[in-house]
Amino acid sequence: MSQHTKVPLMRIVKRESISFWRASLIRLIGLILALAASAIVIYAIVKLNPLNVYVAMFDGNFGTEKRTWVTLRDMVMLLCIGVGLAPAFKMRFWNIGAEGQILVGGIATAAVMIYLRTALPTWAMLLVSFAVSCAAGAVWGLLPAVFKARFGTNETLFTLMMNYVAIQLTSYCVALWENPFGSNTVGIINQQTKAGWFPSLFGQQYLLNVIIVLVLTVLMFIYLRYTKQGYEIAVVGESERTARYVGIHVKTVIIRTMMISGAICGLAGFIAVAGSSHTISTSTAGGSGFTAIIVAWLAKFNTFTMIAVAALLVFLEKGAIQIASQYNMNDFASKMVTGIILFFILGSEFFTNYRLVFRGVKEAH
Amino acid sequence: MQNAKVAVCMRDITKTFGPVVANDRIGLDIRRGEILALLGENGSGKTTLMNMLAGIYYPDAGQIFVDGHEVSIRSPKDAYDLGIGMIHQHFKLVDVFTAAENIILGIKDAGRSLDLKTVGEKIRAICDMYGFDIDPNQKIYDMSVSQKQTVEIVKVLYRGADILILDEPTAVLTPQETEKLFAILRNMRNDGKAIVIITHKLHEVEEISDRVVVLRRGQCVGEKMTKDTNAAEMTNMMVGRQVSLNIDRPEPVDPKPRLIVEGLTVKDADGVVKLSDVSFTAYSGEILGIAGISGCGQKELLEAIAGLQDFESGSIRYIDPDTGKEIELIGKDPREIFDMGVTLAFVPEDRLGMGLVGSMDLTDNMMLRSFRSGRSIFTDRKKPRQLAERVVRELAVDTPGLSTPVRRLSGGNVQKVLVGREISSSPTVLMTAYAVRGLDINSSYTIYDLLNQQKQKGVAVIYVGEDLDVLLELCDRILVLCGGRVSGIVPGRDADKNEVGLMMTRLGGMQCNESTH
Amino acid sequence: MDQLVSLFEAAVVFGTVILFGSVGEILTEKSGNLNLGVPGIMYLGGIAGLAGAFWYESNFASPVPFIGLLISLVCSLAAAMLGGLIYSFLTITLRANQNVTGLTLTIFGGGVANFFGGALNNMAGGVGQISVAATSSAYRATLPFLSEVSLFSSLGFMVYLALILAVVTSIFLSRTHKGLNLRAVGENPATADAAGISVVKNKYLATCTGAAITGLGGLYYVMDYIKGTWAIDGGIERLGWLAVALVIFARWKPLHAIWGSYLFGILFWLWLYIPGLTRSSQEIFKVLPYVVTIVVLIIVSTRRKREHQPPASLGLPYFREER
Repeated sequence: MSQHTKVPLMRIVKRESISFWRASLIRLIGLILALAASAIVIYAIVKLNPLNVYVAMFDGNFGTEKRTWVTLRDMVMLLCIGVGLAPAFKMRFWNIGAEGQILVGGIATAAVMIYLRTALPTWAMLLVSFAVSCAAGAVWGLLPAVFKARFGTNETLFTLMMNYVAIQLTSYCVALWENPFGSNTVGIINQQTKAGWFPSLFGQQYLLNVIIVLVLTVLMFIYLRYTKQGYEIAVVGESERTARYVGIHVKTVIIRTMMISGAICGLAGFIAVAGSSHTISTSTAGGSGFTAIIVAWLAKFNTFTMIAVAALLVFLEKGAIQIASQYNMNDFASKMVTGIILFFILGSEFFTNYRLVFRGVKEAH
Repeated sequence: MQNAKVAVCMRDITKTFGPVVANDRIGLDIRRGEILALLGENGSGKTTLMNMLAGIYYPDAGQIFVDGHEVSIRSPKDAYDLGIGMIHQHFKLVDVFTAAENIILGIKDAGRSLDLKTVGEKIRAICDMYGFDIDPNQKIYDMSVSQKQTVEIVKVLYRGADILILDEPTAVLTPQETEKLFAILRNMRNDGKAIVIITHKLHEVEEISDRVVVLRRGQCVGEKMTKDTNAAEMTNMMVGRQVSLNIDRPEPVDPKPRLIVEGLTVKDADGVVKLSDVSFTAYSGEILGIAGISGCGQKELLEAIAGLQDFESGSIRYIDPDTGKEIELIGKDPREIFDMGVTLAFVPEDRLGMGLVGSMDLTDNMMLRSFRSGRSIFTDRKKPRQLAERVVRELAVDTPGLSTPVRRLSGGNVQKVLVGREISSSPTVLMTAYAVRGLDINSSYTIYDLLNQQKQKGVAVIYVGEDLDVLLELCDRILVLCGGRVSGIVPGRDADKNEVGLMMTRLGGMQCNESTH
Repeated sequence: MDQLVSLFEAAVVFGTVILFGSVGEILTEKSGNLNLGVPGIMYLGGIAGLAGAFWYESNFASPVPFIGLLISLVCSLAAAMLGGLIYSFLTITLRANQNVTGLTLTIFGGGVANFFGGALNNMAGGVGQISVAATSSAYRATLPFLSEVSLFSSLGFMVYLALILAVVTSIFLSRTHKGLNLRAVGENPATADAAGISVVKNKYLATCTGAAITGLGGLYYVMDYIKGTWAIDGGIERLGWLAVALVIFARWKPLHAIWGSYLFGILFWLWLYIPGLTRSSQEIFKVLPYVVTIVVLIIVSTRRKREHQPPASLGLPYFREER
């Protein structure tokens, strides 16, 4: 009887379940490999001792009090966008359009700062900016959602295109508000009066940014986990059939959730303009709308986990920028390192979902 | 015919899926120039057995010989190389391709460039030979089900198969299309091909086959030349003798009409009629069984009542037990039905894809139906948690804890969670689809007990099942569906198993009128 | 007339960049892989080509244009395919999410390219000082028999290469057996698998070959569009996303991508030729390609014409055991 069973050298088996600690260990190993790989790349380029690389990175992030605050500011920015994306992604709606939603929020804020600078006091301007930036972002999120709900239009590509519509809108506004003439920038808006700027709290310029975003993070956590709407989002994301079975109106949920997602991204634009750069340009979002997608994805839409992921990415970015400037190179080193690290983390997720069984090794059950 | 050459010889074929023995030491010969009917109820192991010839599954034990040589069939490609081609119930076709493109897909020696003209000619030659009628340049999505089936058959022939296996080929065909298919099958038989047709329709066995092999519960229970047997004998072999399961059946309590379905007609997205003019009444305090071969409209019927199915025509009226008022349910979505105060409980066939959310824990799944209640914007997890605790305790659900995702529970426990939740809402109508499928004996009896408890509370219970023995012992009345039509309604207490089996496989085994109460 | 000719030239040069990008992406997407790393791959192809040429021209006293061309071409293809390989390994073998992996590749590619581009600028002594004149001139060589015709006189040979690749890809997909198999993988991998077609092999090959073609877009951008230099202005990224948009616009057909790319070019440069536009209203005009793409996307989704839909399994992973 020729029962030549050809067992492959290695086969992939889906894990039934994995303990929290085991999954964490796998991710930790992935992270360590990632850090090692990026240290090697940095070493190859600047011949800096890999250990010193991370000392320098730490210095770049927390070397001075100002640096620490800038790190915090950038971290909460990334976190804010990730928090905005969380409900959409939890619903399995691919909102690639955060960049655009941030920009329209930023434009709205800049418009308030420019047109209402003499009409309103700063606190009123901030409130108005807050409202209009959320509204603008919500509209940007609403459009693809309506078509998705109505016709099933592919949201990944729709939101992607909306980014560029927003970028052109920004270019238009930059040309419109150009200051000084011929500079092709808006310049710092209300540089003298600081009208519409976030106020310093306890002498800290960026403290308000941090507070707003942390409050938002907590609220979103509660919204997703403890409210009826959050529950609906989870059900729709897991299975539209189940949602229909229990009488959830799937279209309504899609549209409502994307308005919320867009509004928070618009709010991020408000924070970026009124609380951080005090200007508007096509690089106001600066790719963080894309990075935040990865933040949200890796954190599995848990906004508290996002704090850690955002902190890691910003740490790496700031650190790489520090090293680059020490060696008289440009900031893009940070994007390169971020990319390498993310590749490793994405790859390590595989091992939390699957395990490899090698030929000849008895399966332990 | 006896001397016909044996093309395939299967010996002691055994295949198990986990604890389930799908095929138990089955032996089977397939001969050239002969049409063999493989007969059996759902789950009797017909498709599993044939899938091992087609290279989809690999047997756990046993031998397969093709033309006298022992072979090992590990993939569909191996099967093709041996001249074996199987036409599955779910067509494996690429929708946006033409017939010709689908037919030559993946053929290794087809040359580099795509010469669809030559291919088309070759396809036409095959068509002319056996009497097929397809346009090689027509796209699959433009085709009717029967045309798609033709493409599958031609695909198999194009690859040189001379042993053809058809898995319930007539399930999706109209009588006229069936006639056409049978004519073609006869042509192929006369051409010396070996043909196996998997079916559970007796009249088809009589009409088309030369020989019949009957499977029951994974075992081969009989082999006859078709001309030497009759429908009664085959039914007997197929369903077996009635076994006593000792399921309780209390007398119905004060039955009153609860749900009146009239003239319900439903078509699916492709325009295929799934339910045709279905009428019946479900009474409170009784269990109405629905019997039928799978895919005869059971799913559509329950989903139409639950407000999940688009319909063509008909009405579904609910009679409120308190006020006696009639409420029209058709055209309403589940939420509207709920808001009208109709508490329908529905245990769907697809437990984790529809009834429950696999990745959520027990508590969250308990909330699925009730989370909207109350004014608060927050979900109240206290009551669902208590409910989950109660269900776990009362139904003896085996789970590590309430925060375990239900996906990780075993099938029986998943079903207990689902049924427990559905009956917790004190429903007036309880619909279950294949409620004990995949469950062990103990869990099955737990479910039967729960249904009986509901019945005694005055709930109108609708039980869609596949095991005739269970239906006959559990239900007060049994509605038999056949191809989307009501084949008859019989009283459960004195129904004959063979008679119900016949009604399942052909219309009009009995008069199509409501049995009197 | 002169205006029309110059609009046409500008549109063709612009269109060629995204034509490479979208032909490569069409090939990739036909296998069911939605690679959002197109900008990243174009970045990689562009910088590797530039770096190769720069290395050659700064180490040899009298560089031969043709050798510079060969070196940069090989470097560019290798880097782009490496990008495709990273994406394939992560999404096909390690089953990572396609969208997230693609975006990461875009971040990575942009980082690598601008980092080394900046370094090259520094080594060359400042922005715009990179000199790969010999190689760049080879890339800008016009076709001898067309250089007399005014409409085509300034178009480099890569314009025609893009056309040829689009046509070849189209023929491959619609007229060859391997192309049919590849399309089956993207439409219905389970069916393809059952027919004996290797899903994994087809996905890897299509994605890596597609990446190589996409990378040529970056190379053409660097060598011809901006004439052999490096600019850190996000230009490649913007064009890379437009290439993704063009795939939708062309409804996954390389031949449609040809006229679509030139149309995008015209839409992109139209503002230059519309009299009376202010600096701000110009920007509104530039939004046209994106709006047109959105409109096409919506129309495609409302009309259920099957040929115009994306490959049915686009973006979805395939594991045989989860059938």
